Amino acid sequence: MENQFLLSLGVGIFIGGAAGYLGSLMLSRRMALVAGPLGHLTLPGIALALIYGFDVSLGAFPFVILGIVLIWLLEMRTKLPMEALTAIIFASGVALAFLFLPMEQAQTALVGDISRVRLGEAVASILGSLFLLLVVRKIYLSIVLINISEELAKSEKINIKKYNFIYLASIAIIVALGVKMVGGLLTAALVAIPASSARNWSRNLDQYAYGAMAIGAISAALGIIFFQVSGFPAGPLIVLSSAVIFLVSIAFRR
Amino acid sequence: MDKGIILQAINVNVVLDHQTIIENLSFEVKRGEVLTILGPNGAGKSVLLKTLLGLLPYQGQIEWAKGIKIGYVPQRLPFIKDIPLSIKDFFYLKKSPEKETKEILDSVGFGQDFLWRKIGDLSSGQFQRILIAWALVGNPQVLLFDEPTTGIDMGGEETIYNFLAKLQKDTDLTVLLVTHDLSVVYKFSTEVICLNRHPMCYGPPREVLTPDSLQKLYGGEVKYYQHRH
Repeated sequence: MENQFLLSLGVGIFIGGAAGYLGSLMLSRRMALVAGPLGHLTLPGIALALIYGFDVSLGAFPFVILGIVLIWLLEMRTKLPMEALTAIIFASGVALAFLFLPMEQAQTALVGDISRVRLGEAVASILGSLFLLLVVRKIYLSIVLINISEELAKSEKINIKKYNFIYLASIAIIVALGVKMVGGLLTAALVAIPASSARNWSRNLDQYAYGAMAIGAISAALGIIFFQVSGFPAGPLIVLSSAVIFLVSIAFRR
Repeated sequence: MDKGIILQAINVNVVLDHQTIIENLSFEVKRGEVLTILGPNGAGKSVLLKTLLGLLPYQGQIEWAKGIKIGYVPQRLPFIKDIPLSIKDFFYLKKSPEKETKEILDSVGFGQDFLWRKIGDLSSGQFQRILIAWALVGNPQVLLFDEPTTGIDMGGEETIYNFLAKLQKDTDLTVLLVTHDLSVVYKFSTEVICLNRHPMCYGPPREVLTPDSLQKLYGGEVKYYQHRH
């Protein structure tokens, strides 16, 4: 029991930290919203993983990739606003999952269950998060400049397509990792809330980026500790911890 | 390309989304010149700057002198305030070392305490000056300046042009400047291109900016004529 708790806590801190860090890049230009629909779209993959008993992140990953390709293709073909497209994909994902998701597994799929994470899964998740942290650190400044202005980035000879591709792939990985912790419904919270809190507090980029990372990790830890104490599901508790930190951040806004 | 010529554009055409934005434009820029691109809103001025920077597709010929370094000051950066960014961070996006950033800030009249200021806290005039300073990182020989059309009060605007004029004089910088403001042209530029999709005049301002050519460029809207001192 004690080991299981520490395992969950370790996984939560790493995924939460990586999600917060990446989220600080996604907050501008409304990209944080995209993580929501992508999370929803993973539900069929999570359902398959639960039915056949393999890692939910592995089940989720191909569906996130599918979602990113679909959003990208639809945006090019239809010129509909990103919000409309993500809503279409989001609804389709949920609808499809409920055709075959076993009802007794519904809660795990929707809001996650990190409390039963196994050792192999935990190691893979922590390594995945570490890898993501390194990748995001590498692309961070270039993506910030692209977010500020693609023209300015181009005039600085930044290969925008290459960086956007790495950025989207990172989003895919964090969504796939995040569903393990908070399920298909709550992934947007993992990237959006810590970054929003950090933005309220920071006066420069380091405070913002590393603040978001720290808040993401702390929220995950708090949620898992509250789960241990209360027995409520960990996923929603992680998101609520994060939301409380956000409320505090508003009160002490700089 | 002749010696002393920094940029040569021959028969440049820009078509975006099946719409012709710039038609048959030819001009050249010599070292140390200040060329103003003048025209009403929507005339294709900013598009021309972006085309010269290689950011947009075009037909025709655009040739920069070999090895030339270009600094670009965009018209506005609406997303920049979404991110908590200090001035030091902003310059670091261009890999400018802290020492160089301090020197450039000093050259545009900002003290070193500005390094830690948040971009979001700057006034529009200060922000414009920071953008110019940012474009000066790496010592460019040419500055492309896209005039901000909104958000700068008259006083601030005047300071920017005075500042640009001083900078240009001190450093022998070549400047390409987009504006719809006639007073800037008379005060500051050595050459002017009137652009309203087609080129409508080209040459030294006091020779080519006649009431007649301005009337053609702006339609009936011109209310401002040359000051003769």
